[in-house]
Amino acid sequence: MSNTNNDASETKHACCSNKKAPSGKVAATKDEPKQEKVDTPSSANAQSNKTEEHHLIIDGASCASCVTKIEKALRAVDGVQSADMNFAQRSVIVTGNVKDSNLITAVEIAGYNAKVDTSESEEQALDEKEKADWQYYKKLMRDMTIALALGVPLMIYGLTIGEMTVNTTGERIGWFMVGLATLGVMYFSGKHFYIGAWNSLKNHSANMDTLIALGTGTAWIYSMVVVSVPDLLPQMARHVYFEATAMIIGLINLGLALEIKARGKTSEAIKRLIGLQAKTARVIRDDKDIDIPIEDVLLNDLIRVRPGEKISVDGLVVEGHTAVDESMLTGEPMPVEKSEGDKVVAGTINKSGSIIFKATRVGKDTALAHIINMVKRAQNSKPPIGRLADVISAYFVPVIMIIAVLSALAWLNFGPSPAVAFAIVSATTVLIIACPCALGLATPMSVMVGVGKAAEAGVLIRNGEALQTASKITTMILDKTGTITEGAPKVTDVLLAEGQEREHVLMLAASIEAGSEHPLSMAIVESAKEQGIEARKVSAFASIAGKGVEATLDDSQLLFGNEKLMKDRGINIDAFIDKAQALAQEAKTPMYFAINNKLAAVIAVADPIKPDSIEAIKRLQSKGIRIVMLTGDNRLTAKAIASKVGITEFVAEVMPEDKANKVAQLQQEGEIVGMTGDGINDAPALAHANVGFAIGTGTDVAIESADITLMRGSLHGLADAIAISKATLTNIKQNLFGAFIYNMAGVPIAAGVLYPFFGLLLSPIIAGAAMAFSSLTVVTNANRLRLFKAKDH
Amino acid sequence: MLWINLAGAALIALIVWWFWIYKSASVAMQDGAIEILVKDGVYQPSKIRLPANQKATLTFTRLDSSPCSEPLQIPDLDISASLTLNKKVDVTIPPTEPGRHAFHCQMKMYVGELIFE
Repeated sequence: MSNTNNDASETKHACCSNKKAPSGKVAATKDEPKQEKVDTPSSANAQSNKTEEHHLIIDGASCASCVTKIEKALRAVDGVQSADMNFAQRSVIVTGNVKDSNLITAVEIAGYNAKVDTSESEEQALDEKEKADWQYYKKLMRDMTIALALGVPLMIYGLTIGEMTVNTTGERIGWFMVGLATLGVMYFSGKHFYIGAWNSLKNHSANMDTLIALGTGTAWIYSMVVVSVPDLLPQMARHVYFEATAMIIGLINLGLALEIKARGKTSEAIKRLIGLQAKTARVIRDDKDIDIPIEDVLLNDLIRVRPGEKISVDGLVVEGHTAVDESMLTGEPMPVEKSEGDKVVAGTINKSGSIIFKATRVGKDTALAHIINMVKRAQNSKPPIGRLADVISAYFVPVIMIIAVLSALAWLNFGPSPAVAFAIVSATTVLIIACPCALGLATPMSVMVGVGKAAEAGVLIRNGEALQTASKITTMILDKTGTITEGAPKVTDVLLAEGQEREHVLMLAASIEAGSEHPLSMAIVESAKEQGIEARKVSAFASIAGKGVEATLDDSQLLFGNEKLMKDRGINIDAFIDKAQALAQEAKTPMYFAINNKLAAVIAVADPIKPDSIEAIKRLQSKGIRIVMLTGDNRLTAKAIASKVGITEFVAEVMPEDKANKVAQLQQEGEIVGMTGDGINDAPALAHANVGFAIGTGTDVAIESADITLMRGSLHGLADAIAISKATLTNIKQNLFGAFIYNMAGVPIAAGVLYPFFGLLLSPIIAGAAMAFSSLTVVTNANRLRLFKAKDH
Repeated sequence: MLWINLAGAALIALIVWWFWIYKSASVAMQDGAIEILVKDGVYQPSKIRLPANQKATLTFTRLDSSPCSEPLQIPDLDISASLTLNKKVDVTIPPTEPGRHAFHCQMKMYVGELIFE
């Protein structure tokens, strides 16, 4: 969103009103005092931070130049970054950190009316969709009842008591009445098929409606010809098929109704995500807690959350301490500790303590909103495997129509008597049994469920293509730091020299390291802090490049660094050298600490392996996936980590840009390569890989950066992602196979290829039932995926 | 019998011509926006000419209850949308090079075409 069309719009001439548009900045509030701009944190923030979108509906805008005026008036409101009006829809999207009421007032001052467009709410849209689906379901069931009320008795009559032939005048009158009743059924229960068929026919396109309308229409017209002018046909061919028309309409309506029910289940995952959204937030304004609708929360609002309540928007904790259950987003079952300065995410649940947090992302900018958006998009996208079905469905219906004509001609030319009746039955059955829906539904239904299932496990799949490729990965590259390991070095061992006291040593070490910015130093400072040891200020601090640091504290000369530094200063480290090397072989970095030129301690720092990395890597290997570890670290550490987690192939001392080359090299070997990294410095490699996995910690993830985003840090997410994509692909294949086989076998059988050999010809009613339930089968099979448990695979 | 066969052949020829050969008329977009009804099994209008390299808005109003009509896809442009029943849904088309791109529901039963020129 930008103001780029500002200039262009100003050149438009006004035509509809001579009211002057407000120029420059105005305070757009009628009844509130003018706001001071610049200094308020919220307006300052609005300039720099991402802000929310406001949707308004404008009333009274009658020409295109009104657009200019309205946009200008809105842009003049404090905190507004951009305002773009869609004239056709009379709607405006405003971005910025601003209240809806201010925007509405600004539009009113400009001479128009405005109201907040609420139709955008996800939850409302979902409710409306469910309601609409329910209405449609009821309508279909009613249609089905009417059609079957006529069809079933007729069919039973045909099967048991009577011949459905027209010989006498009495039979003619009777069947004529039945024909009219069937016409009624066609009108009341099947109208939508005929209207749809006619409309697409006019558009030179054809769909399922076309087939149903032609099939049932043919049967009815033939039967009416039999009833009205029987003499046109040989006696044996005077058979009526009214029951077929009524039964087919009934069964297909039933199939559609059941399909709607089943379809509802496929979107369960997205419903669950949308349901995570809180409805209100308890904002602290003027030292008072007030409950306001979530839409009215502004950036930088302070929000209080009590135990058991939902976090309403994304923010930073400013007061209090608690544990937050983030499992609904990340799949991570353990609650996460939060205290001052930690991020909290909308949709998660505050467990133990009461906190106050500052809103940093609201409305459509929250992580949850992004996740919902991404899942929705991915659910709508199609993996390449579905393309063949797409190509086929574009030609499907006309081809079936041609087959129906050919089949009728074949019966007329070569069929036994009554050839006309056989021709009509076979053409009708071919039209009815063919099911483009099953083909068309096969892929999207499974993708819908699979992507949703993945989201439940904290795995965000960008699109269908990523889903499909992930199922075929043969080699997985794992970045070491932050992927296999925690990515945050910690003090693992403190070996003290004789006569030294642990707390004192740590205090001195932390004091000297506090001046350094090396990650290893930070680990020491952090470790001291955790143990409640305060670092003190040192003097004469000096950094010795590549070796360590020195400083003075009180009377103590402190020296901290590697083996080389100690040797340079002639400090005896013999007593510890073996132990230090042993630590190095365990992937730890030992550092020496000397006080007054005497070795006081060896402190080892290591980036610990995530608790479940070993198990997750084993899981991937058991699927036959080749694992390669890449790291910028030295060989010794790399080797130690690799052997600990059971990886045999690793490359150490890799620069970030060389990671992409390694990906390319493996691809040249014919491997389908997945690359897992933290998404920031691994970006080129992630992009180069067949599937890039960004691994996040908690919900703080760069969602846009990878094909697949793992929301929890655990590598199990990776194994889950691959297991789910494999299961989804298998499901799609079953669906496609089923749909292809169904059509390829069903259509020729309906045409009568089995008749010369076995005397078998399908009844149009059986064809109607088969067709109605073939698409239902596809949806039901896709729903089976909901029961899939990634953990077990 | 000859006449019946000829009639059948003619019917097949008609199907081929009607669905595959005949090029139906298209509607030109005015002022960068167009309304498309999703009604009675089709998009109306379904063939839309629009200027290339310009942003455009397609406003869909879905009146069909059938869930088939809900998803809208323009795969070439990587666009997908959910059409809410009885609501206007705006789909923004980014500036696009001249060419033809299909838009359709998930199952391609509803089909339309965007012609950028």
